[in-house]
Amino acid sequence: MAAQNLLEIDNVEVVYSRTIQVLRGLSLVVPKGRIVALLGSNGAGKSTLLKAASNLLAIEDGAVTSGTIRFQGQDIAPLAPHMLVRQGLFHVMEGRRIFEDLTVEENLIASTFALAGRGLPAPSFDLVYAYFPALHERRRGLAGYLSGGEQQMLAIGRALIAQPSLILLDEPSLGLAPKLVEEIFTIIARINAEQGVSMLLVEQNAAVALAVAHEGYIMETGKLVIEGPVEKLVRDQDVREFYLGLGGAGGAKSYRDVKHYKRRKRWLS
Amino acid sequence: MDWLFLAEVLLAGLGAGSLYALAGVAFVLIYKATRVINLAIGEILMLGGYVFFGAAAAWHLPAWIALPVAIVAGALVGAVVERLLIRPMLGESPISVFMVTIGLGSILAGAVQVIWGADPLRLPEFMPNTPIFIGDAYLAPKVAYGFVAAMLIIVAFALALRFTRSGVALQATAADQGAAYSVGINVSRVFSLSWIVACAIAAGAGVLVGAIGGISPTMGIFGLSVLVVVIVGGLDSMLGALVGGLLIGIVEAFSGTFLGGEYKFLITFSVLIVVLMLRPYGLFGRHEIERL
Repeated sequence: MAAQNLLEIDNVEVVYSRTIQVLRGLSLVVPKGRIVALLGSNGAGKSTLLKAASNLLAIEDGAVTSGTIRFQGQDIAPLAPHMLVRQGLFHVMEGRRIFEDLTVEENLIASTFALAGRGLPAPSFDLVYAYFPALHERRRGLAGYLSGGEQQMLAIGRALIAQPSLILLDEPSLGLAPKLVEEIFTIIARINAEQGVSMLLVEQNAAVALAVAHEGYIMETGKLVIEGPVEKLVRDQDVREFYLGLGGAGGAKSYRDVKHYKRRKRWLS
Repeated sequence: MDWLFLAEVLLAGLGAGSLYALAGVAFVLIYKATRVINLAIGEILMLGGYVFFGAAAAWHLPAWIALPVAIVAGALVGAVVERLLIRPMLGESPISVFMVTIGLGSILAGAVQVIWGADPLRLPEFMPNTPIFIGDAYLAPKVAYGFVAAMLIIVAFALALRFTRSGVALQATAADQGAAYSVGINVSRVFSLSWIVACAIAAGAGVLVGAIGGISPTMGIFGLSVLVVVIVGGLDSMLGALVGGLLIGIVEAFSGTFLGGEYKFLITFSVLIVVLMLRPYGLFGRHEIERL
């Protein structure tokens, strides 16, 4: 069990500022080598779940109040966030969060701290530049001057340097043109296949997320509502209609029919 | 107008300013990494001067041992203060942490007074005192050596910040703590190291300041000028500390010479007000809102 599942989130509840409950008894697993997509609307708690898994919640005055999160079979609660990274769980945060005042190369150097104490050979940045040739051209430039797409590439590049076994990806499509989104997701799928890195992918863009993922979860207001292999999810009527924007017959749905939204969405409590 | 005299005042100002800049760098280092306004910087500087005095005058150690002793003492104080006073305050409002550093300053000043007494003391001479002339302008040798030492430390420090891995870790932490954690940087270690290095620098600066002007328990006042320096330069800018330090040094030297010593603070603080009106974030500071 533990050997197969890299990340096991079991019945977790998260509270911010000791008052605001965001996650309500949520369970999820990420099997080794797979991409798991976590979909849901704004404010469902997707980012919170990722922060809980990477132990970055404390910085935002959040806390896991019940349930356990295990990475590689080990409870993560006592680990400081940087130690978790050094064990192979890398969180690519929402909004990219690159160091704008540092150069592209220095951003990658910052990521080498993730290798401390792991006895791994000094990393070559060529791997990153092989996946993202655009970064190589701009490696001496300040990261703040990169385009949005390049910044997202840098954020994923930083994860590659850390040689993780699991990457938590928070909305890599945020604010990017559709063409770039496609490009980045193609590379995400390649990294998964070629480097054997598992991924937990949070997205609002359901179509592109389900295109690369093996398994999917859909959450609303702090709880999971649907889960299963991607093949099953894309056949689900509600997922097709509410997340992929397809009508029952498979064609695009007219806005005229959206009025029925609330009534038809049968999983909403 | 006597140009030679002006040049001498200017050189003296640069000399004093370099020490402001050095202490300013120590202040900026702590602020940049941890967002703590350390008002005890003047007292830590004073402590460095006193430890040097204790080692050199009371234990009769040669200056080249007493100086490292003072610097290591500063580093130790930095480590202890960060661990015992600052880290427990993590997440508290900035004003509380600010008050803690004011308290720390009073404690250090009091402790020094208990150990060494309230009278001003002179540090043993340890720098060569052959007069130095730049062109025809005379420069007190202590001031000249102080300037050279301060500039060397500042340049070495700036290079380390720009070109080492630790420098990257510090800048990453300063820019975005969450993101720094997420790439595996041990942020609390960066905090503690920046206190250690900053207090070591401040203690070293204290020895230089003490060598020129002597030491006394009220030397912490120096910290007030340093505060002006870093506010003028921009709280989180190393370059700002350097430029601001030299600027304030020169302003003080000229106002002290031409208007009299009692006008020094009046003029420096007027400069501060003017800079704040024109550039609220200091000359080189980042545009961020910090309420205190």
